[in-house]
Amino acid sequence: MNRQIIRLTYVALVLVGVLVVMTTYWQTWAAASLADRQDNAIKRVAEFSIDRGLIFSFEPRKRLARNVEREIGGKTLFFRRYPYGALAAHAVGYSTVARSRTGLERSLNDYLTASNANLSTVVDKALDELRGRSVQGSNVVTNLDLDAQALALEELGTRCGAVVALDPRSGELKVMASTPGYDPNLVEEHFGEISSITADCTPAAPLLNRGSAGLFVPGSTFKVITAAAALESGRYGPEAPFVDPGYCTVYGKRVNNFDTTRPFGAIDLTNALASSVNSVFCKIGLKLGAKQILDTAKRFGFYERPPLETPLDERLPSGLYRSGQLYYPRLDSDVDAGRMAFGQERMLVTPLQMAMVAGAIGFGGKLQEPHVVDRIVAPGGKVIEDVKPRLIRQAVSKKTADSVAAMMRLAVERGTGTAAQIFGYSIGGKTGTGETGVPGANTTWFIAFAGRDDESPPELAIAVVLQNQSGTGGETAAPIARIVMQAILQGTENP
Amino acid sequence: MSARGRELFGLVVAGLIASIALASVTIARDADIAASAVTWGALFLALYLAAHVVVRRTAPYADGALLPLTAVLTAFGLASIYRLDSDDGGRQAVWVAVGVAVMAGTLYWLRHDYRVLESYRYLFGVTAVALLLLPSVPRLGEEVNGARLWVDLGFIQFQPGELAKICLILFLAGYLREKREVLAQGRLKDIGPLLAIWGAAMLVILVTNDLGSALLNFGIFLAMLYVATGRASFVAAGLALFIAGAGVLYNAIGHVQDRVTIWLHPWTNEPVFCAQNGQLELRQDCGSYQLVKSLYSIANGGFGGTGLGEGTFNSVDGTQLIPYLRTDFIFSAIAQELGLIGAAALLLVFMVFVARGMRIALQAQDGFSKLVAAGLTFGFALQTFIIVGGVLRVVPLTGITLPFVAYGGTSVVANFLLLAGLLLISNRANSPRA
Repeated sequence: MNRQIIRLTYVALVLVGVLVVMTTYWQTWAAASLADRQDNAIKRVAEFSIDRGLIFSFEPRKRLARNVEREIGGKTLFFRRYPYGALAAHAVGYSTVARSRTGLERSLNDYLTASNANLSTVVDKALDELRGRSVQGSNVVTNLDLDAQALALEELGTRCGAVVALDPRSGELKVMASTPGYDPNLVEEHFGEISSITADCTPAAPLLNRGSAGLFVPGSTFKVITAAAALESGRYGPEAPFVDPGYCTVYGKRVNNFDTTRPFGAIDLTNALASSVNSVFCKIGLKLGAKQILDTAKRFGFYERPPLETPLDERLPSGLYRSGQLYYPRLDSDVDAGRMAFGQERMLVTPLQMAMVAGAIGFGGKLQEPHVVDRIVAPGGKVIEDVKPRLIRQAVSKKTADSVAAMMRLAVERGTGTAAQIFGYSIGGKTGTGETGVPGANTTWFIAFAGRDDESPPELAIAVVLQNQSGTGGETAAPIARIVMQAILQGTENP
Repeated sequence: MSARGRELFGLVVAGLIASIALASVTIARDADIAASAVTWGALFLALYLAAHVVVRRTAPYADGALLPLTAVLTAFGLASIYRLDSDDGGRQAVWVAVGVAVMAGTLYWLRHDYRVLESYRYLFGVTAVALLLLPSVPRLGEEVNGARLWVDLGFIQFQPGELAKICLILFLAGYLREKREVLAQGRLKDIGPLLAIWGAAMLVILVTNDLGSALLNFGIFLAMLYVATGRASFVAAGLALFIAGAGVLYNAIGHVQDRVTIWLHPWTNEPVFCAQNGQLELRQDCGSYQLVKSLYSIANGGFGGTGLGEGTFNSVDGTQLIPYLRTDFIFSAIAQELGLIGAAALLLVFMVFVARGMRIALQAQDGFSKLVAAGLTFGFALQTFIIVGGVLRVVPLTGITLPFVAYGGTSVVANFLLLAGLLLISNRANSPRA
């Protein structure tokens, strides 16, 4: 029987050996992906013993997230407080015991808890642990301009909407405001108060960051892309002549201008954009086809999630959507290019994406990566991540960008966007009114860039969106854009 | 050094391990070494030294590694349970003492010749079946966590499955030694008893819902059948029958189906029907909650572990994050606090125990002893595999205990009986011929 017993011994030892292998697998190979899972309450709770890194605004330098220490069961635990409450809630997010993290608290968790794989933090952390001290996380400095952020929220008021402002030269994100907002200090124990928030829109969705995860009908702001596509195609110049009858015929049906009572008659492309004439862009769309316009949109970042430091699922790609899914047509005939060209036809965009479009147009066609993080600093003061400007791509040629920029300047000078004029600055903008067919339920837009003069690169790009409006983009969104832009531009002038 | 000398040395090392483990638990809790930790460590060592004296008297030629290995395993268990709940730690310590006493009693009782047990083989067979079916007797059995494993006699609760396993091994050893030549010829008419045992295994699953112990007992049966007859075809046929039977039962019993679904797909992205509350939930928040939390606990340990007493098992308000931590998921607790180093060390102790047990089976002179030793050792290994494999998502999770480590009186006592058996067989195999 001994031969059998020896074989059985091998079987028994292999069985236990498999357990050693699998323990190794879970504790080394799979540990990181398990730690990232949102339902991993053990990791989440364990990380409360870490002196979590702070999160700062850029200007003025304030603590957006800080810690309070509490002794529980002989252990020092660190709980989050957000001194400015709802002010930067959507970008910063929250870190609580009860719920999984959001915002930068989630995406930068490895830095904030010093568990990023970096030699110096690994050594520091091990030393902290050996000394029995609390591990200290790294601090994050954001690009957020707290005063402009506060002003944007104040201007949005009780309306549902968002304001996103960035520096198109560097991609620094200065404002990321979304309403209705919420106080992240309430998440831990009073989440019911947040879920019962109501607003001028349903669902109110206060936790949703409308700036980067809200999808809206772009309306006429999309004409900026159509105009760029038209110029890039070489078939049209800025002075290309059109005749506006007040409507455009698509598949034998009439698609009307915003105001059908006063057709413009003979008009060139530049004035058509400044006055936002639907029929002109409808004709361009039919001529170019949907795919050519969409390909230009892709050059501006459509059909991909904008690269920001916030969590992946808090940033949505812009583009055509069909039954909740991003959709790219296989054939030109799959999409009504005429209506798409002026921003209807299931085109959905985020304010962040539209701010990037406005910025790239103003900045000679250069699309810069947006950044909400300025730098990450280890507890000793060593800068471990210093975010530098990065070009995504030259979206369109400088010539095209400059021509479209001139059209947008004309729109602010004497077109639909006059409400955004700021004395002493050169502003180019585009209004948008996405009609839902229900009165008082329009989505209104204003996107713009602003610089010292027509020649120097713009210092600021902005996108403002409002839900459920009865007015137009020029009447509702453009004034907000002006106030926020003025605060940032003149704030930097007189520090 | 003699076997007993090595045993004594090993026990002193095990006593040190226990003392250090208990001391680090108290340091983590009170930032100081409590006097109680030292007392407990001394008591632990005294208990095993008493066991050593009994072994010296009753089984002087027995293997010298088994008792120290057992002491290390119980030290792991006691420290982890004490860390989770000091009252439960005390209770488990009492059960370890009872286990040592039962082992000592068994050694004393069978010190001359344990092989008398062979003549009671059919009594053991009947007892095994009766014990397995006991929990399903109405009013006597208790259903815990979907399976009927417990018997409540009013004054005491116990899990008869652990004792049934030992009875089954004694029965099979006696039966197979008698019939091994006949069975090895592989005639069709001799297959009858084999089928009967397969039927019994299926019946046990059907009435107790307990896939784990059915798998354990059937695995022991196949292993012993192979050792006795040397025919791998029997094992293959037996496995095929078991899989076929389990397949039928899988479709018939919702509980078994749930376990397998949880095993294959613990995480879902979309809410699925949750049997616990009848609503739509993500599976990780419902059916696979225990398994997923256990994996998170293991993963949180990483390479070096958090340290004894420093692991995260509760939320900040004290609510438990991992269920059944002292029993089914004791390995998840140990793996978090001691890390890969500690968990691997624990598994290596199990491996050495298995290797020593199999060595005893090889050394034994007669068929009955060989079969008992091989059966007990393989059962020990398979039980470890089923429960730790369940926790590690290698096999579907079923609630059986981790020998010598998990909280539970019946389990501890039954495993000390197993140890007594191996010591007796080893003693006889090594004793000089009179």
